[in-house]
Amino acid sequence: MNDRPAGTGVILVTFFVAALLEVIPMPGQLDWVRPEWLLLVLIYWVLVLPQRIGVLWGFFVGLYHDVLVGTTLGQWGLAYALGAFVMLAAYKRMRVFNGLQQSAVVFLLVGTASLLAFLVQESVGHTLYPPYTILYASATSALFWRLVVAVLHWVQLRFLVR
Amino acid sequence: MVAPANPSYRLLIALILAVVLMVLDQRTPWAKPVRYWLGYLTAPVHYLAHLPVDTGEWLSEQTQSRSDLISDNNHLKRQVLILEQKVQRLAVLEAENVRLRELLNSSADLGANVLVAEIIGVDPDPNRQEMIINKGAGDAVAEGQAVLDAQGLIGQVISAGPLSARVLLITDASHAMSVQVNRNGVRAVLAGTGQSGLLRLLYVPDTTDIKVGDLLVSTGLGQRYPRGYPVARVTDISHRAGTPFAQITALPTAHIDRASHVLLVQPVDDDNAVLKPATGEEQP
Repeated sequence: MNDRPAGTGVILVTFFVAALLEVIPMPGQLDWVRPEWLLLVLIYWVLVLPQRIGVLWGFFVGLYHDVLVGTTLGQWGLAYALGAFVMLAAYKRMRVFNGLQQSAVVFLLVGTASLLAFLVQESVGHTLYPPYTILYASATSALFWRLVVAVLHWVQLRFLVR
Repeated sequence: MVAPANPSYRLLIALILAVVLMVLDQRTPWAKPVRYWLGYLTAPVHYLAHLPVDTGEWLSEQTQSRSDLISDNNHLKRQVLILEQKVQRLAVLEAENVRLRELLNSSADLGANVLVAEIIGVDPDPNRQEMIINKGAGDAVAEGQAVLDAQGLIGQVISAGPLSARVLLITDASHAMSVQVNRNGVRAVLAGTGQSGLLRLLYVPDTTDIKVGDLLVSTGLGQRYPRGYPVARVTDISHRAGTPFAQITALPTAHIDRASHVLLVQPVDDDNAVLKPATGEEQP
């Protein structure tokens, strides 16, 4: 089995689907608990392919998120780059964690990234609600993490991403 | 497995890039091309997210019965008749208005071109009141254009991508515009609150003649919105002793959270244009 990278297109498609989930209309209050799908998918790919998917991927995926939802350019770019960096530092430990521990790490990671994005949004004056509101989305992100892993693991095996 | 290269330098590059982009985006127009070109990649996502709605509409159109269509048609014909009659009177009034303005030595209001667009997405962030429409720079949509529906003003275009555009609603907390009471011409600043369906009149003294039910229309003073469009209706006034101003809330006349199609008012190419992209109090 060779180790040449393959499946970049598949990775891009998974980000595209995550972006779709990120903007798909949901009834009123559910917007508060919408998981950070793009960040979850990014964390997964960094976890399984740390030699390919890293900080710069994180930055550009974050920039895409910025344009998608109309925030200040670089707001999510910064947050995602940092998220990818932390994951790169911790992927070896993360791989031996059990489900609950992994979810806890995801909760902290999404929370940290969202806090960073919140700080930027706050400094340009586009926040109305207190910062603890980002915890809702972080919590649901942690809840959905096992599902994301299950789906993306299947995708990875099915389309031979390496 | 090969160990990844030291990612610290890459993080540094990403951090510098991000900060530079943020500053450029906030302070200068130079980051606009980035947003514009990435718009080619983000617009398909918004279109796709709107697909279920489109499909539903298409299905219900296909399954409408003949009798429904006939009754619809009759209803619309009657409506056209009524509207045509109103337009006839409007033409006379408009001509009269121009003559009177000439007498007063002030320039005449010009009509504006209108473009119809469909709403294909709303912003998922509860902190902001924005929506995405399916017309972009390719359809001559430009920043600063006013967006309205049949009942009143909805907002303004804040960024035009190649295939879609982003509209800032008048209910956004960062939005404020100049309005006047239709009944007596009292002017005030109408600001959004961040909650849909709730607007606030700012800095109105307690003694000002504003009543519940008053219609607020745009004044065009910020040079962003055309003059004379209905914006909101006053719903509540409270005078509290100890505060310098009256607390006045208003409800947008436009059906912002129910509209599916909106009108974009194109600026008229003239010195006297009622709508000019300009910087002013109404900048987001």
